Amino acid sequence: MSIFGVPIQALASQLLLGIVNGSFYAILSLGLSIIFGMLHIANFVHGAQYMMGAFVAWAALNYFGISYWWSLALAPLIMFVAGIVIEVVFLRRLYDLDHFYGLLMTFGLLLMIESLFRKGFGSTGMAYPNPLPGGINLGFMFMPYYRAWVVLASVILCLGTWFVIEKTKLGSYLRAATENPDLVLAFGINVPRLLTLTYGFGIALAGLAGAMAAPIQNVSPTMGSHLVIVIFAVVVIGGLGSIVGSIVAGYTLGIIEGLTKVFFAPASSTVIFLVMVLVLLTRPAGLFGQQR
Amino acid sequence: MLDVQRRALLISLGIAALALAAPFVVHPVLAMQILCFGLFAAAFNLLAGYLGLISFGHAAFFGAGAYVSGYAVKAWQFPTELGILAGTATAGILGILFGHLAVRRQGVYFAMITLALSQLVYFIFHQAPFTGGEDGMAGIPRGFLFGFIPLSNNLVMYAFVLAIVAAALAVIYRTVYSPFGTVLQAIRDNEPRAISLGYDVARFKLLAFTLSATLTGLAGATKAIVFQFASQSDILWSTSGTPVLASLIGGIGTLPGPVIGAAVMVMMENLLAGLGEWVFFAQGAIFVLVVMFFRSGIYGEIVAYSEKRQQRKPTPIAGVTGTNTSIAHEKNRVGSPVG
Repeated sequence: MSIFGVPIQALASQLLLGIVNGSFYAILSLGLSIIFGMLHIANFVHGAQYMMGAFVAWAALNYFGISYWWSLALAPLIMFVAGIVIEVVFLRRLYDLDHFYGLLMTFGLLLMIESLFRKGFGSTGMAYPNPLPGGINLGFMFMPYYRAWVVLASVILCLGTWFVIEKTKLGSYLRAATENPDLVLAFGINVPRLLTLTYGFGIALAGLAGAMAAPIQNVSPTMGSHLVIVIFAVVVIGGLGSIVGSIVAGYTLGIIEGLTKVFFAPASSTVIFLVMVLVLLTRPAGLFGQQR
Repeated sequence: MLDVQRRALLISLGIAALALAAPFVVHPVLAMQILCFGLFAAAFNLLAGYLGLISFGHAAFFGAGAYVSGYAVKAWQFPTELGILAGTATAGILGILFGHLAVRRQGVYFAMITLALSQLVYFIFHQAPFTGGEDGMAGIPRGFLFGFIPLSNNLVMYAFVLAIVAAALAVIYRTVYSPFGTVLQAIRDNEPRAISLGYDVARFKLLAFTLSATLTGLAGATKAIVFQFASQSDILWSTSGTPVLASLIGGIGTLPGPVIGAAVMVMMENLLAGLGEWVFFAQGAIFVLVVMFFRSGIYGEIVAYSEKRQQRKPTPIAGVTGTNTSIAHEKNRVGSPVG
């Protein structure tokens, strides 16, 4: 059986690969979007923090024998703390300045972190054993268990984050502080602490994504550096600061990228940027963004 | 005002002397590298400092200029001048395309869009057969100036590069101090007001962007001829950070700042070259430190210092002290000389 001359097996497995990639795009752009919405910082280190999450999982397994499932809790926890330290030491001083200084600062941090990891671990990368080997034959395709788990976990994560921000009291503080921090502060809510926690949460998401990516990708110091640019494009497409936009754009672009690999492989590395061009031409504020 | 003019004259004489002495003090190739990256940073700063639009995608223009001029000279046997022109023109056309998309958004959005677009250009060049992919394009001949002066001589090449860069910097100077440049700064300081005054803001931005891209392409094209080499690292996204850092170190929104910053950076890279990976670490650390403590940059600090000294002197006529009040209001904005 085939569609447009492509065997359905190949199509389905590339589609799955696209959804898996899209899961990571969604989690990462979600974190980036939340951070931008609250702190107005375009977090250039996001990719490096994702990489660090993968390294936490790798180091936990290799040095302490901590299993993958514990790493899923450990990596976001450590990255949450790391995020708080970064916010308190570096980012907090920039809130009164032009937003661009945040991008520059995080770019500098990215250079520092990546070079340290390259120095320490080389740039070839390390393998991480698959915690869920095997898979199931669905008839039209082979579904590896681990990839199914990644997709499931990312959907739960995205929905959970959306729920917390849109439907809970804490989320309402967050949204209010995004709109008007001074007023929220006047109501007695500790906005600076909210900002710190938001950054920590966004970084924890990135760290968790990194730990989840470790068994599929090579754990290497540069695994996040191209990714962060793709994530920027995803966020521009979805609409910066829009949570739903980031999630939808993340999965959609993963799928589009996967399908491009089937039908016109040379464009697979550029298709996301081409989509961004199209979106900018038609809806400059992004698909779900509001022009301000 | 006379004081300001005299100071400007002194500064330009100093720069001229420095530029002429440079190839005898440091290695001429190093001096040429400083000039090329100085122009790169100055072209970036035209956009960042005087329009407040900070591009994170200028590597695309730099790399496109380098690749196209290299290929034109090497494969099509173009004369050197024409090869550089071809690279510059390519970057200019890319600039129109980029600018058309990017000037729709401002601030951080603008930076992210230019970054993503430059990554698109990177992949296109990376996959194109003529660029040599991972290996890059080596053995670009320097050729002859006007068809008979051999540019293989480093001093001759230096004079040629100096002429190019000086001309380009003069273009930037003229632009900043033209009515056009004044409008750009008005847009930077208050875009809604510029719109309400009837300026077609998008067109001004697009023009400035294209000019900046063209001059960046010129820097890249010249660099490819100097080093006889164009490679991935010219067009890689991290190269877009170079003019940003150089402008920051030297002083964003000042004319000499980016060139000073580029000189500092090139010298530093040269000194740290043996340390490999630590060069990137040092660059990152400088980024962080400059953003935290030193936002006005080297030249910005010099200006601030000399203005403070002038204020201490008794002033004959009130209001002619040379301090610019509009700058003081905008002190936390990127692109203002005082931070």
